[in-house]
Amino acid sequence: MPSLNDYLILAAILFAIGTAGVFLRRNLITILLSIEIMLNAVNLTFVAFGRALGSADGQIIVFFVMTVAAAEAAVGLAIVISLFRHRESLNPETFTLLKW
Amino acid sequence: MFSAFSAVVPMACVTAAAIAAMTAEAFRSPGEQMPIGPLGYIGLLGAAISTCLLWDRNAVSFGVVVADNFSLFVTGVLIIVGVLSLAFSAPTVEREQLPAGEYYALMLFSLAGMILMAMASDLLVIFLALEVLSLGVYVLTGIRRDSPAATEAAFKYFLLGAFSSAFFLYGIAFTYGMTGSTRLDRIGSLMAAQSMAPTPMQLLAVGLLLVGFAFKVSAVPFHMWTPDAYEGAPPAVTGFMSTGVKAAAFAAFVRVFLSAFEPLQSDWSPVLWAVAAATMIVGTVVGVVQSSVKRMLAYSSIAHGGYLLVALVSANDVGKGAILFYLLTYAVTNLGAFGVIGLLETGDRPNDQVRDYAGLWNDHPRLAIAMTLFLLSLGGFPPLGGFIAKWYVFTAAMQAGYTWLAIIGVLTSVVSVFFYLRIIVMMYMTPSMSPLQLPPVPKAAAIGLVASVALVVYLGILPSRVLDWAVASIGTIF
Repeated sequence: MPSLNDYLILAAILFAIGTAGVFLRRNLITILLSIEIMLNAVNLTFVAFGRALGSADGQIIVFFVMTVAAAEAAVGLAIVISLFRHRESLNPETFTLLKW
Repeated sequence: MFSAFSAVVPMACVTAAAIAAMTAEAFRSPGEQMPIGPLGYIGLLGAAISTCLLWDRNAVSFGVVVADNFSLFVTGVLIIVGVLSLAFSAPTVEREQLPAGEYYALMLFSLAGMILMAMASDLLVIFLALEVLSLGVYVLTGIRRDSPAATEAAFKYFLLGAFSSAFFLYGIAFTYGMTGSTRLDRIGSLMAAQSMAPTPMQLLAVGLLLVGFAFKVSAVPFHMWTPDAYEGAPPAVTGFMSTGVKAAAFAAFVRVFLSAFEPLQSDWSPVLWAVAAATMIVGTVVGVVQSSVKRMLAYSSIAHGGYLLVALVSANDVGKGAILFYLLTYAVTNLGAFGVIGLLETGDRPNDQVRDYAGLWNDHPRLAIAMTLFLLSLGGFPPLGGFIAKWYVFTAAMQAGYTWLAIIGVLTSVVSVFFYLRIIVMMYMTPSMSPLQLPPVPKAAAIGLVASVALVVYLGILPSRVLDWAVASIGTIF
């Protein structure tokens, strides 16, 4: 039976993987996926805490977070598509119009 | 039974206007002109009336939306931001052929999110409000879809915004884990009970929330998105997001850190001290070397975020009142400045370089005078609003014993005067190469400009009434 700490460590590892992905990956879609991994790591934390505290709040919060994540993904992908129309590329290093 | 809903009425008015704008666009036949912008004014008028009626009532809805005087003051600032943004948007929307319904709907939806963020007393609601306002602003940044720079700016803003909200949410998760609640009042009482020896998890939660807020108020070192987003967006949108997002984020920042995490103040205030100092210095020093007026004002807005942080670190009565007064003054001034920048834009050229301002005094004296007043107020010249605002911030820092912070603040504002004056010198003393051919200023934008000039001067000459309001509204809460 995994303990609360095991879940928290797993979530922290996932969050770190997501953070590293945002900085290291050179493809916009993969960067968006990395952000989703970060949000899901947080969801796991909420559920683990909710279970440890014996309340349903943690799981209810996760529904809100999933809704927000879906809306965010929609906006993000729309921006990526309009960016791709200008550049024909998904590599962030080609976006140099504004000084980074 | 309806009294349970009273605190959400200002937000509901704005949301209703946004939905009306969206519906109007959907039912509009192609080519038909519709007054969609004025729908927004009606919604904001409703919000303003309900804000006045709610004053001193301390209404609470659903236990998580609080209409105390502090949130109502910020709501008032946000309504002013909304009205001025609508006024300055109309010329841009017309000239650039932007989709009017979507533009105004997004602007009003994110304004509703800002109002909710100012009123929320629950970390989860703050997060939801933050996302509502951010999603609207991300799209508004890239609303000029045919411009590569705008799309790029929107993506950078989106990426760093989403990234930072993940950190913010992680902080909420740890806070929830420690206290079993996301309500600020319960978190505050539980934190107070064990404030003598904070656990590592408490510090982690505070740190993550701090990162999230620092991104939103564009504090150094989380400011990288600011100049790009401000430069790529249309000027009216830049004015909207540089003032509205900042006001809403600071309202939530103040509420979270001065109520729920107040017991841990000795732990977070040194960190905020360093962030405030770095923000003021970087914003000012990098601003000096910019050649684009929009980028320069972006760095200036970073520096102004630093002054607001100084007031937050001071956390005494003067500082708390100063935050509200500063937010109001900064909102009016900055919106006015971006309003002028928007009016100088023509169909084929943005005209946002410093050299484009040469000879503006000869060509368009009224715009030049308005711009001069806004820039002088941003630089903190007496007798304009910006001077009084800075004065109170630095007084608060001195009283709280943060002498060095006040010194850094005064020095950076002296340096910042240099780059504000550069534009003014350009406008008055350099002859223009080719005079700008501008269409006549639309009536709404002209009224907006006159109103913001009047407010800037009023706040500078007779600040005491507004300042009393600010101090009284925040004093009852924290």
